[in-house]
Amino acid sequence: MSSRSVIPFGPQHPVLPEPIHLDLVLEDEKVVEAVPSIGFVHRGLESLVTKKDFKEMVYVAERICGICSFGHGFGYCDAVEHIMDIQVTERANYLRTILFELSRMHSHILWLGLMADAFGFENLFMDTWRIREKVLDMLEAATGGRVIFSILDVGGLRKDIPDDMLKGFLPVLKDIEKELAVDIRTFLNDGAVKSRLCGVGVLSAEEVENLGCCGPFLRGSGVKRDSRKLGYAAYDDIDFDIVTSTDCDTYGRTYVRANEILQSIRIIRQAVEKIPAGEVMVPVKGFPNGEHMTRLEQPRGEACYYVKANGTKFLERMRVRTPTFANIPALTQTLQGCELADVPILVVAIDPCISCTER
Amino acid sequence: MSTVNYVGQALKNLFSKPATCKYPFEPREFPERTRGHVENDMDKCVLCGLCQMRCPTGAITVDKKEQTWAIRPFSCIQCRSCVDNCPKKCLSMDRQYQEPGERKIEKKFDLSDSQKEALAAQAKAAAEKAAAAKAAMEAKKKAEEEAAAKAAEAGDTAGAAEAPKE
Ligand code: SF4
Ligand code: SF4
Repeated sequence: MSSRSVIPFGPQHPVLPEPIHLDLVLEDEKVVEAVPSIGFVHRGLESLVTKKDFKEMVYVAERICGICSFGHGFGYCDAVEHIMDIQVTERANYLRTILFELSRMHSHILWLGLMADAFGFENLFMDTWRIREKVLDMLEAATGGRVIFSILDVGGLRKDIPDDMLKGFLPVLKDIEKELAVDIRTFLNDGAVKSRLCGVGVLSAEEVENLGCCGPFLRGSGVKRDSRKLGYAAYDDIDFDIVTSTDCDTYGRTYVRANEILQSIRIIRQAVEKIPAGEVMVPVKGFPNGEHMTRLEQPRGEACYYVKANGTKFLERMRVRTPTFANIPALTQTLQGCELADVPILVVAIDPCISCTER
Repeated sequence: MSTVNYVGQALKNLFSKPATCKYPFEPREFPERTRGHVENDMDKCVLCGLCQMRCPTGAITVDKKEQTWAIRPFSCIQCRSCVDNCPKKCLSMDRQYQEPGERKIEKKFDLSDSQKEALAAQAKAAAEKAAAAKAAMEAKKKAEEEAAAKAAEAGDTAGAAEAPKE
């Protein structure tokens, strides 16, 4: 019979990109309980809707998170557009899809790097982030910002992206695909890497459903659910597969994210080929009145945007349910009974975005 | 399944050129759309204040009396909203990022002398036009009044003329 000890983990910890605190109750090397506490970076962005013009709020929504910035801006614009009955043009929808997938790529490649860092493979970490830089360069060329794009607006996009620029992305994507193949092979086939990932944090399909998980974490346990199939933006016209894995462990989650990058490349290729010509912005008149709930698939999983408007230029209420928020219960579940050395891997496995969660 | 999977890439990384650029010696080339910081061409600004109104962070202050345009660069989020809304197109987005600083400063710009003169001339012209319009209005009003008075007089005389007939 050994005695229990409590180890504080975070909010400042080398493996954590963002501040979350966990109280790990240990028995020898085994974690028997993990108590999370959050609230270190709460900024009150949701209540800002009552003080900012509904159009200026797009900039605030984009800044909820630095990695899924486009997803947040999109969720907000989509909700307001539904309330105001605005039909976004086809071209804007396609461009939004392309930008969304580019940001999904950079988020997933970032995650692969963080994972490599968590299990101590620095070389792999550096290499994935080198590749990510190419995605960021494309985003910067298209929008003018590396992570905060400021290109979305209620009614479409503030700027068109010319066709030849989009065509210019295709060879870069091909390069990325080629270079990433080496890294993905290492992630999925390397014996040393597999020994750190396989069988760590096992959650069955039923368990992830009951815990209300979402995104790659859910699909890594074999549940085939992806909000992109709801058909917002241009996803309706584009053919892509929902990547799932039946491994139900951290290896499965890595498999899903790695292959989703390749699916994103596939989506962008189709979108660039099919994109119609035309305007990217429709005029917006008046103020929104009503309420709407938008569901969309961000890189980390499904996000819900609830917006309520009252016919003035200020909205009444905005609520964001972010994917990390849905995955934290699963995190505490997987931490129970794991080894202390696996804690960083399990924390990174949900792709925590704490700033999102705390808004 | 081998542990030497990554060795090829690692060796390649060892002998190839670094992926990063040697920053201070080799300045970064920004793409055309990069949003670095806001610049104002004080030769063209008319101090209309639209940029101040459209700035989501309130980083811009336009003072019409002092004829200055000021920006707090550390509050600016490089959203480009002011640049898109400026009617004179005097604002522009420079590609170089804002330089770091020790304090949150405010950069104030005086209107250029030529633009001050131009604005003054414009204001004078506008004032003259307004004065002329006012004078014209008054003259018109006077004329109308006179006409009305005349008509009333005529009506009176007509009434007087008609009265005996009944
Ligand atoms: S909108 Fe343009 S012209 Fe008007 S005050 Fe601002 S910078 Fe000057
Ligand atoms: S770029 Fe945006 S935040 Fe900066 S001064 Fe212009 S409107 Fe304000």
